[in-house]
Amino acid sequence: MSRWINSKNIFILIALLAIYGLVQGMTLTDTLPPFYRLNLILICIYIILATSLNLINGITGQFSIGHAGFMAIGAYISAIITVKLHGPLLLGLIAGAIVSAIAGFLIGLPTLRLKGDYLAIATLGLGEIVRIIFLNIEYVGGASGFSVPKTITWTWAFWLMVISVLVIRNFINSTHGRACISIRENEIAAEAMGINTTKYKVLAFTIGAFFAGLAGGIYANYMYIIQPMTFSFLKSFDILVMVVLGGLGSLTGSILGAIFMTTIGAVLASLSEWRLVITALLLVVMMLFRPTGLMGTKEFSLNFLKGKKG
Amino acid sequence: MTLLKVENLSKSFGGLKAVSNLNMEISQGELIGLIGPNGAGKTTAFNLLTGVYEPSEGKIIFQDKNVAGLKPYQVTQKGMARTFQNIRLFADLTVIDNVKIAYHQNTTYSSFGAILRLPSYYRGEQEIEEKAMQLLKIFKLEDKAQEVAKNLPYGEQRRLEIARALATQPKLLLLDEPAAGMNPQETHDLMELIRWIRKEFELTILLIEHDMSLVMGVCERIYVLDYGTIIAHGTPAEIKSNPKVIEAYLGEEVV
Ligand SMILES: Nc1ncnc2c1ncn2[C@@H]1O[C@H](COP(=O)(O)OP(=O)(O)OP(=O)(O)O)[C@@H](O)[C@H]1O
Ligand SMILES: [Mg+2]
Repeated sequence: MSRWINSKNIFILIALLAIYGLVQGMTLTDTLPPFYRLNLILICIYIILATSLNLINGITGQFSIGHAGFMAIGAYISAIITVKLHGPLLLGLIAGAIVSAIAGFLIGLPTLRLKGDYLAIATLGLGEIVRIIFLNIEYVGGASGFSVPKTITWTWAFWLMVISVLVIRNFINSTHGRACISIRENEIAAEAMGINTTKYKVLAFTIGAFFAGLAGGIYANYMYIIQPMTFSFLKSFDILVMVVLGGLGSLTGSILGAIFMTTIGAVLASLSEWRLVITALLLVVMMLFRPTGLMGTKEFSLNFLKGKKG
Repeated sequence: MTLLKVENLSKSFGGLKAVSNLNMEISQGELIGLIGPNGAGKTTAFNLLTGVYEPSEGKIIFQDKNVAGLKPYQVTQKGMARTFQNIRLFADLTVIDNVKIAYHQNTTYSSFGAILRLPSYYRGEQEIEEKAMQLLKIFKLEDKAQEVAKNLPYGEQRRLEIARALATQPKLLLLDEPAAGMNPQETHDLMELIRWIRKEFELTILLIEHDMSLVMGVCERIYVLDYGTIIAHGTPAEIKSNPKVIEAYLGEEVV
């Protein structure tokens, strides 16, 4: 435990408490306009989505573009539990994440044999299939949607986001995360180093799906209504843009990407047809001037707070 | 004691028999050379031994178990490690991370241990860090631990690849042209190093080398491969005077 206590972690904790407290205070005193509150919670949701997609795409180097499918699974499963079965919110969120993880495992096992473009197409297709399945299930409202009471608060969204990022970070900074990175760097060499590359690809995919499912659950229980259309490939594309802009392989990059893209979306809320154009332009400019994304594979680091040597 | 026994190992690519009826027997602690002209099938033989290719035929008995048909990572976990002819480092990672990755299979803490930052995680990481640094010291790379692997000079990249293979804690080390691209001084130092690590780590080494004179200097026994088959094997002195070998290397300078 004492290993946790250093100036860097204390600084991060204070910063998190400050952000949380500020928003919470403004929420309680009703000084935060609802539009801001909505977008702050969306930022939390997108941070979970972007960091978990980065685990698959950036860290492990497997190009998946069906993340919205896992988000949909988490959203619908959690909503079924909280609305239809009157279960507690936490149970709904966990169940949504677990079912999504199981789906990720089952989908990952065969598809992760595919490489590059083929994997991208397969995951894109599977994401759409998930959406179409929900579209055709009357029990969850079909195309017209599924009404879910709003039970997610800033407290839930913020701390679930913090826990998600922490879990993914701790996984990456370990021998298991290094195994994933080695697959990205050179799969043949990774195998030669005794790393079961299939196992780690599937594991990264499963963990990624777990957190996408969690994010979907938070989304469902905040937005009053979920519709299959919400989880189309355009959503997958949005998440992918956050990851690529922030830098494939950088968690802090994904966080910045999620904040940035959600903010752009909010600013352009009244010009929604322009949003895609601007996103595309941003990507083009990024690819021209900084093809590795904002952070590359590096992390924004506070190690200087720990003293001389990180 | 026999460590590796290869029986009738064959591999065809379409119509081409890259390796045919390869037989080899290597005892614990030996330093063996595998030589042959360009395209003889040496690298293919390594790829068969390490599970990169599945043999068309034959057995690979390693430590009394048939490892033919296993995946590369399983072969490595059984104690056979290799380097590549065309260096395959984790080029964008640091030198120390390259080595740390290779300790993966001997790390005991679980994903949950890592996520929850249990004491087992800190213990495991500290141990990996220390072992990796020790290994880098042996290979005189400790000052470059934090450098990105692709920025190392060529000779150091080759050394790092050997260090990384050793980190998997193998019984048998397969080196595919470890001195390729090195200058004579570097080559000489490398051969000294190979001899030394064999003793220090109680290794058995099988070494592919294009340069005959070099193999003659360090290896106790030599197998000569030509067109996928073993055309000769024996001590360096025997190989040197073998007419078949001289013929295979016709036009090339034999020692
Ligand atoms: N994956 C493959 N597909 C088709 N042919 C291959 C493949 N790998 C090797 N070969 C062929 O098998 C033969 C043996 O190649 P190999 O690389 O094993 O030779 P080598 O003895 O290592 O040669 P060098 O000294 O040039 O490294 C060559 O004719 C090569 O073209
Ligand atoms: Mg070769």
